[in-house]
Amino acid sequence: MYDIKELYEAKSVEDAIRLRVEHPEAHVIAGGSDVLVQMREGRRAGVELISIYGIFDLRGVSLDENEAIRIGSLTSFSHITRHPIIQKYINVLGEAVDTVGGPQIRNIATIGGNTCNGVTSADSASTLHAWEAIVELTGPDGIRLIPIKEFYIKASTVDIRPGEIQTAIIIPKESYDNTCGCYIKYAMRNAMDIATLGCSVNVRLSPDKKTFERVRIAYGVAGPVPLRALSAEAAANGKPVSMETAETFSKTVIDDIKPRDSWRASKAFRQHVAVEIAKRAIIEAVKRCGGEMA
Amino acid sequence: MKDQYRLIEFNLNGKDVACMVDTRASLTDMLRNEYSMTSVKKGCEVGECGACNVIIDGECYNSCIYLAVWARGKKIRTLESLLGPNGELSDIQQAFIDESAVQCGFCTPGFIMSALAILESGKEYTDDELRKLLSGNLCRCTGYENILRAVKKTMYKRLGKEMPTE
Repeated sequence: MYDIKELYEAKSVEDAIRLRVEHPEAHVIAGGSDVLVQMREGRRAGVELISIYGIFDLRGVSLDENEAIRIGSLTSFSHITRHPIIQKYINVLGEAVDTVGGPQIRNIATIGGNTCNGVTSADSASTLHAWEAIVELTGPDGIRLIPIKEFYIKASTVDIRPGEIQTAIIIPKESYDNTCGCYIKYAMRNAMDIATLGCSVNVRLSPDKKTFERVRIAYGVAGPVPLRALSAEAAANGKPVSMETAETFSKTVIDDIKPRDSWRASKAFRQHVAVEIAKRAIIEAVKRCGGEMA
Repeated sequence: MKDQYRLIEFNLNGKDVACMVDTRASLTDMLRNEYSMTSVKKGCEVGECGACNVIIDGECYNSCIYLAVWARGKKIRTLESLLGPNGELSDIQQAFIDESAVQCGFCTPGFIMSALAILESGKEYTDDELRKLLSGNLCRCTGYENILRAVKKTMYKRLGKEMPTE
């Protein structure tokens, strides 16, 4: 038995918003792989829950009229990884979420829950930052769209206002068009582990594949919230596709990241790993784009 | 709590059932207490060990972190569904015995449900893929090799192919 004070089951988005307004103290539960575990630990014991797990409309991946990729917030990780649209356009997101927990966790855990939880180690979050994803929130006053960077306020705090629920994650075409990416998760085990560090890189090469037109890199666990390494990006943008650029790019990462000492790993170790996985990720992303490192 | 008990209807191992369930119950609680499905083990109860693994609408879930009320309208399968009419074991269960993939047996039902999802996909997987697909279940006795071999052997048998020599 869970220590649940009250459970409200939302059947639709409207229903969920009404429940959020009526019960402002209640916690929202999606797949429950964070909420129910925290309840067991006592952290959320005795709270009221609004279950949105049954809202069918919030599941699935689609392309909208502007060819932006729309991922319903309740889409499970395993469905994201298997979805043909994800595999075709942003396979790196499918790969990133395929590193979360184990198979059973990936069947229940949702991308909405992963981001609303506001933790820096979320395997989806660094990739979504690197793709400049847009978060769609629906509330009593309608729909609000905000960049994922602004959605994260601080550790465990995201910008969800009273009455709102997250309804989708949107990746604009401009962001994913003609790019390839790579996600590297550094953890102690291959499964059922939380990232010591996560790094997501995506690159767009010039038509002759000799120049980096646009490089984006984002980290999880390199600061209190997922973050982009903007100086590293600047160090690679417009530069030739070469090992030299990859070296400069990965070393510059140090200026951007703010990892800390924790029981999982020291700050120095995280910095070391950050440089190495940035290099490996950009080399792999170039390879996937059909380019070659000079 | 108002409506502390809610009526839910679902399909358990091929049979339509209805239950007045405590809203605070996990699916593990309901399957064990209301239906005596004791193959669904209470292990870590935080979704890490996979001992409570069941198949819901064709996918594996840790029933310990699944609210019982979410079972409404779902098709749920537990290890008990593998029992033959005269108590026979299924091929995957027999393979676990033949390969000594069972020691204390606590993790076995969860492993077999994961194996079942693998086998029923009808696909041929490499050893690395099988390891990943079985990575949501923990076993503290066997060291996993025998479990992997049991699943692999049954996979090739069902595919009608010869198992490659190791």
